[in-house]
Amino acid sequence: MIPTIRQPRLVRYSYRAYVVLFFLYLALPLVVVSVFAFNNSQFPSLPWEGGTLNWLFGSERPMIGVFHERPILRALGNSAFIAFFVSLMSVVLGATNAFLFNRYEFRMKSFFYMVMLLPLVVPGIVLGISILVFSSTAANGIEEAVGWDIEALRPGLPLVILGQFSFVTTIVTLVISARLHKFDRSLEDAALNLGASHLTAVRTVTLPFLLPALIGGFVVAFLMSFENFNTTLMLVGSDAPLTIAMFDRMKEGSTPLLNAVSLLLMIGSSALALMMIALQRKG
Amino acid sequence: MRAGSKLGFILLFSPLVLWLGLLIVIPHIDMFLISIRERVGVGKYDTSLANYLTFFGEPLYMMTFARTALMSVLATGLTLLIGFPVAFYIAKIAKGRLQSALFLLCLVPFWVSELVRTFGWMILLRETGVFSSLLQWAGLAEQPVEMLYNDVAMMVGLVYTSMLFMVVPLITTMESLDDSVIEAGYDLGGNGFSVMREVVIPHAMPGIVSGSIVVFMLSLGNYLTPTMLGGKDSLWFTELIYSQFIVRFNWELGAAFGFMLLLLSSVIVWGTLRLSGQTLEKTMG
Repeated sequence: MIPTIRQPRLVRYSYRAYVVLFFLYLALPLVVVSVFAFNNSQFPSLPWEGGTLNWLFGSERPMIGVFHERPILRALGNSAFIAFFVSLMSVVLGATNAFLFNRYEFRMKSFFYMVMLLPLVVPGIVLGISILVFSSTAANGIEEAVGWDIEALRPGLPLVILGQFSFVTTIVTLVISARLHKFDRSLEDAALNLGASHLTAVRTVTLPFLLPALIGGFVVAFLMSFENFNTTLMLVGSDAPLTIAMFDRMKEGSTPLLNAVSLLLMIGSSALALMMIALQRKG
Repeated sequence: MRAGSKLGFILLFSPLVLWLGLLIVIPHIDMFLISIRERVGVGKYDTSLANYLTFFGEPLYMMTFARTALMSVLATGLTLLIGFPVAFYIAKIAKGRLQSALFLLCLVPFWVSELVRTFGWMILLRETGVFSSLLQWAGLAEQPVEMLYNDVAMMVGLVYTSMLFMVVPLITTMESLDDSVIEAGYDLGGNGFSVMREVVIPHAMPGIVSGSIVVFMLSLGNYLTPTMLGGKDSLWFTELIYSQFIVRFNWELGAAFGFMLLLLSSVIVWGTLRLSGQTLEKTMG
């Protein structure tokens, strides 16, 4: 059990072996994906045909690398566009929500708090179809009433942004609330005593304190949006983000190009995550 | 409330209501309304339970629904069983740097998109995959072995995808358990099993509950893993929803399916919270 309680050596070693096996299980799929990105073959499978960087940088058929593959680059751009707006919107709303629940007492507060947590327990695909159904009801209603066809309410990038925003906001709210909870209100009172207005006090004292959580929330939202599949799948139009574009290719059969894209994704998200950890250490 | 703070309240409260109203509550009500209507002519609809009757009358739909629920429960159980010893190791046995390193390693798969993780398992398990080649090389198999497209492969993928959401809450709750409590259990004559049952597991209960809820939800609503790793017989309920909406364009039936999935997950989440005496605010917030 714990180190202070003696256990037979066999038990200790087999426990340790189990933990090692567990981490092998975690690492294995990610390692194979990365390794086969460098396979000099049309298929991401054995036999190993020697290393190549063509799946990253190649510009000629049959090995067009990630950086020369237009559809993949466009999908990457779409993903970044979506993720940027989702993160921006959810950080703003997450901050106002955090202030609301931290600073105000109002009727049915715990009810609203519970409703705010609901997106976490609604399956992503259901969230997707409910927004799809409602936006098309709204679009049809508007078209019948005033004759405008609002393109943004049909499946496409704006709807994907709204769909992801709807549940990412809950998580960002929790991240920012956790930090605001630790804030010492007397610091704000001191600013008020020194003659600052309410808004100035929040802007110069509270917001700088919250900054790590705001950035952290932004990064978490960005990663969640970038990786989202279920909700996006139901709302996507002709401009597919990266996850959907890769999914479509994977159904047709895969080349090491997909491995190369995956490898870049892993590097990108690990870099973001490490940055966030460094930020938390400092904050 | 002073006038200024009243204005502040309204400014902070209205975005919350707009968000929850327009993107969560009203869409779900609309989905329900669509699910209880039946197309009787071109552009003409009647209110009826026809879609739900179709759902309950067609064995394929019911079977898939029940199978998805049972398999998700199984996936949750397996994730708990596999993850618990590891979480205990990280929380109570590993110390210092090793502890934080192992904790970070647990988070790694989460930084990578689910698509990449699934892709990794496909490369490992398929007929021309790594495992199959290794078995042939070792002389244990004479021809390529297909390990993909069956329930076991799907279960491996589901457990893998949700492991993090089980291990992290478990570690957090078990870290707060004082070593001396475990020692006291031994001093009072307990053995490994009884201390586990009487001390550690009751203490870890909030973590077990919140981990299980999230893992169950993720498995139930998963589309990618069953589609890519599961076989022809391992149809998942989300695949039915997708095909009604996108392939057949039968939104009425698709909405009814979506509502059934929502109902199932709500009932199970609510039941688990009830049985374990937890609340949503405490486990999620």
